[in-house]
Amino acid sequence: MWADIQLGKYEVTVLSAYAACLVLIAALIVFTLVKGRRVRRELDEVEARQGRNRRET
Amino acid sequence: MSIWKYANPVLFMKTSGGILRVLVPVTAVLMVTGLMWGFFFTPPEMKQGSTVKIIFLHVPTAMLGINAWLMMLVASLIWLIRRHHVSALAAKAAAPVGATMTLAALITGAIWGEPMWGTWWAWDPRLTSFLILFLFYLGYMALWEAIDDPDTAADLTSVLCLVGSVFAILSRYAVNFWNQGLHQGPSLTIAQKQHVADAYWYPLMISIGGFLCFFVVMVLLRTRTEIRARRLKALLARERMA
Amino acid sequence: MIALLARDLKLALRAGGGFGLGLAFFLIVIVLVPLGVGPEGALLSRIAPGILWVAALLACLLSLDRIFALDYEDGSLDLLATAPIPLEGVVTMKALAHWLTTGLPLVLASPVLGLLMNLPAAGYGWLVLSLALGTPALSVIGTFGAALTVGLKRGGLLLSLLVLPLYVPTLIFGAEVVKRGAVGQAVETPLLLMAGITAGAAALLPFASAGALRINLR
Repeated sequence: MWADIQLGKYEVTVLSAYAACLVLIAALIVFTLVKGRRVRRELDEVEARQGRNRRET
Repeated sequence: MSIWKYANPVLFMKTSGGILRVLVPVTAVLMVTGLMWGFFFTPPEMKQGSTVKIIFLHVPTAMLGINAWLMMLVASLIWLIRRHHVSALAAKAAAPVGATMTLAALITGAIWGEPMWGTWWAWDPRLTSFLILFLFYLGYMALWEAIDDPDTAADLTSVLCLVGSVFAILSRYAVNFWNQGLHQGPSLTIAQKQHVADAYWYPLMISIGGFLCFFVVMVLLRTRTEIRARRLKALLARERMA
Repeated sequence: MIALLARDLKLALRAGGGFGLGLAFFLIVIVLVPLGVGPEGALLSRIAPGILWVAALLACLLSLDRIFALDYEDGSLDLLATAPIPLEGVVTMKALAHWLTTGLPLVLASPVLGLLMNLPAAGYGWLVLSLALGTPALSVIGTFGAALTVGLKRGGLLLSLLVLPLYVPTLIFGAEVVKRGAVGQAVETPLLLMAGITAGAAALLPFASAGALRINLR
């Protein structure tokens, strides 16, 4: 599959566009997940500490 | 019962969790298929050569850059009128996603423009209005960050979103008036798909679908995080009181 | 409401800062530009309309955070909000006072600064007219930004980030009027569009500003 593809003289252009876009998307995903994890963990901690007030969320 | 029942955070968490379980794999499949197809299995175009492959990134990100703002506008209106917290948080969650998409559209456009137009950046109406849109996103996010009280922040950012929308549209027309552009007209309209050859049309549609699902996934994930953060804040406040 | 306007004007004059500062800033920017781009008259006269408008924009921005800040700190804003006059009226008067102390001096000083920028003779009338019609919009939009950020500690920088994108249409049309006027082209279209933006902003934005103030004072 790799052998078939011919990007010609615009190789750098196309590759850098894909790379830049994927990096941005990856950064967005990573930030979203990291923040999601952190908030979730902190919430779990606090809920465990306050056990009696526990509610479904 | 109506769609308003999803304004209940507990129900929203339950439903969005279910949706995410289905939508995440769908998104992955669509994006990988669309982009792989676009990258590996489309022929170089006559004039643009292989740079035509950038369209599979540029068009979906640009569409989302605009439509994310529209979604924020609708969510802000719902918050202002019906006071559903989930709605305000969804608008907050969408802003960074929209900003990233706008930035991606600008960057891919610049990279494409360098060999095609001979310049990274031209003060073309479409490029300029996208840059202005990006500034609106920055201002909106900065206002959210700056205000401590969540309800005040939601109110003020909603007002900003409404006023900003009007001025974004004004800017769009002002910029059009200010300079005639290099950018080609819209090559995608629902009525006529003849502008784009079939070989590009199908992967492009898949890619757009994939990015759309990606946007929904991101907004749902971030909204869930915001709801949890809100609850965390409330619990911590109660702890301090006790 | 007239009394409120008179009070704001008096305060601005007495405190000194707001009144002269914007004007001095306008002057300094206009002096700095030729130092940066070089003294060639042809180049300066070509970029003069844009530079004059951008400088006016920034000068307006400078005094925006003072619109509500002092009244917010000493609590008189709360009194105004509960006063029997509508808050929309208060906001409009605040914007008007800002324009009279910042926008109007800019309009009056602009021909002199046009001279420094080597503006072509045909452009002076249009420069004054476009600033006269455009700067009220800057004050009204700026009042909205100030209302959004009134309670914040570091509101100044945020205020610029919020307000400057909103200034884009006015800037484009205003600079276009001067640019076209300077070379003798027809200016009706951008002039009318800009006047339309000013009229629309003055009519509708006070409601948004008053809404934002109510939220902030809650």
